[in-house]
Amino acid sequence: MPEQTFLDAIRSALAEEMRRDLSVYLFGEDVALGGPFGATKGLADEFGTNRVVNTPISEGTVMGLTTGAAIAGLRPVVEIMFIDFITLAMDQLVNHAAKLHYMSGGQLRIPLTIRVQCGITGAMGAHHSQSLEAWLTHVPGLKVLMPATPADAKGLLKAAIRDDNPVVFIEHRGLYWTKGEIPEKDDVLPIGKAKVLRQGDQITIVALASMVGPALGAAAELAEQGISAEVVDLRSVSPLDIETIVNSTKKTSRVIVVHEAVRQSGIGAEIAALVQEHAFYHLDSPVLRVAAPFAPIPAGRSLESAFLPGKNLILEAVRRSIAFG
Amino acid sequence: MAKKVLPDFIPLLRRMWLIRAFEEKASLLYAERQIAGLLHLSIGQEAVAVGACSLFRKDDYVFGGHRSHGHALATGADINKLMAELAGRATGYCGGKGGSMHIVAKETGFITATGVVGGTIPLALGAAFAAKERKKGQLAVVFFGDGAGQAGAFHESLNIASLWQLPVIFVCENNGYAEFTPLSAHTKVERLAQHAQTYAIAASTVDGNDLFAVREAMARAIKKCRNDKGPAFVECLTHRMRGHYEGDPAKYRELSQLAEWKKQDPIARVERALRKKKLANSQVLEAIETETRALVEKAAEFALSSPWPSAENVESMVYV
Repeated sequence: MPEQTFLDAIRSALAEEMRRDLSVYLFGEDVALGGPFGATKGLADEFGTNRVVNTPISEGTVMGLTTGAAIAGLRPVVEIMFIDFITLAMDQLVNHAAKLHYMSGGQLRIPLTIRVQCGITGAMGAHHSQSLEAWLTHVPGLKVLMPATPADAKGLLKAAIRDDNPVVFIEHRGLYWTKGEIPEKDDVLPIGKAKVLRQGDQITIVALASMVGPALGAAAELAEQGISAEVVDLRSVSPLDIETIVNSTKKTSRVIVVHEAVRQSGIGAEIAALVQEHAFYHLDSPVLRVAAPFAPIPAGRSLESAFLPGKNLILEAVRRSIAFG
Repeated sequence: MAKKVLPDFIPLLRRMWLIRAFEEKASLLYAERQIAGLLHLSIGQEAVAVGACSLFRKDDYVFGGHRSHGHALATGADINKLMAELAGRATGYCGGKGGSMHIVAKETGFITATGVVGGTIPLALGAAFAAKERKKGQLAVVFFGDGAGQAGAFHESLNIASLWQLPVIFVCENNGYAEFTPLSAHTKVERLAQHAQTYAIAASTVDGNDLFAVREAMARAIKKCRNDKGPAFVECLTHRMRGHYEGDPAKYRELSQLAEWKKQDPIARVERALRKKKLANSQVLEAIETETRALVEKAAEFALSSPWPSAENVESMVYV
């Protein structure tokens, strides 16, 4: 299988879907110029600026506009340059895109993909680094995806574009230049399925996006110490694949959830609640969360490092979980 | 010179009466608690809805606001299904999930109302974008009130519509009050059409209680959009004769004001004009009112005798 970066995988998913389906249009700030990281580079040359549409910096209206275009038969992919700016578009996303299918009693469909990038990559501060996926999972009608590998990025972005619901596709900027194998065939992945990346039988580590790497690193170190950890890559934040997590819990009886978003009301809280609802008698210790502290993201490098969760915190949580008894 | 053929205004008057009768009945049902929730009536503003919608094609995209029973009915929405929706019944347009503020009647081109002031303006832009790409002369139109004119979405949308020359008509129903507050307390800009000029959009301000004036302005706007000559903005000066919502005593308005508005009742004005031109006599006009009120009575009976949606439907249609 050929190797691609996460960014290449995004770009090829977009190009392949635009070739396959003439109703797929891209919208966003600077998308016709390739965007700040090159995710849409070259697409305006191939598909023209009619289909790769630069928008003014009006996130709220552009979110509504693409929702309206989806109602009227297009299959738009709108890019919000940083997830921090999705705050400006929350009215249209939450009140219209997410609800119009339901409120209309099924008369309207919103086949809309919202691409956003997120995460901490080095001193960008509180307005260009957040992880806001948990907010979005609180909204019925939205699907929320957060891939960790180039292959998942490609397969899930294609699935998002083909889905008839609004899907928020979150790309962690720190993963953009990571490489991975990409299947050559047109591989559309199912939405709502987690993936067991490493088998183990003593503890389950559920991680998403940027935290999958540190989780795998921690599992490798634990193996050297004779502790067998299973690593589950969540991939889909809404809908949540609770079945895979519960099956793993039944095997290991201990669960740790790892995310880069702040701990309070993060997706880890939802997973912990679901695990105790579905597998209470299988647990040997409380579900623990490894997450960022409840603070805005500081810009200075030293404070940012102190803020960012990682392998060491995961190892510490594993020790606490096992020490519990 | 060929004799100018007058359009047949009787069906338009009938449609205005249908809206009036529908909303007056809805008001009664609301007072009897047969209809719950928030009910925003457009009584007094019927000339805008009918004047505009009577000129659209079936494949145009019409968007409303929170006060949009009239817009939906003006596109030809079924009164039974609409009344049932207001009453939360299974037979309503949205199966009881939408209600008064979230009407969708896709079959007649009424795409959606909204509970968020100004919220549908960007949606209309998107439909206009799709229409422009399809190149079949379709257009999008969005109705909103003067209260939306101070929202960010309004200004961003005017800018993009102008920038991309989208076939969208902005119809501002300036009824002078944003919820409970007069427009003058929210902005120094007296005529919202001035904003359209800022964004280089052709705009006109008309007497929104004059069916004929609304139609004339809309016809010009529609011609522009159909020929892919960019967006248009029509500001209709009108009055809402009720409070912001049913139950609002509207103490912020003078009684004398209301009496003045009643003289400008858009339905009475059409009737006076038809009489003057000898296009209709009292008998014909009275029959229109009687017939539409009877239709609305039947719609209310249909709605109130319809089943409630079953509880399992709470979680259906969250996703496609």
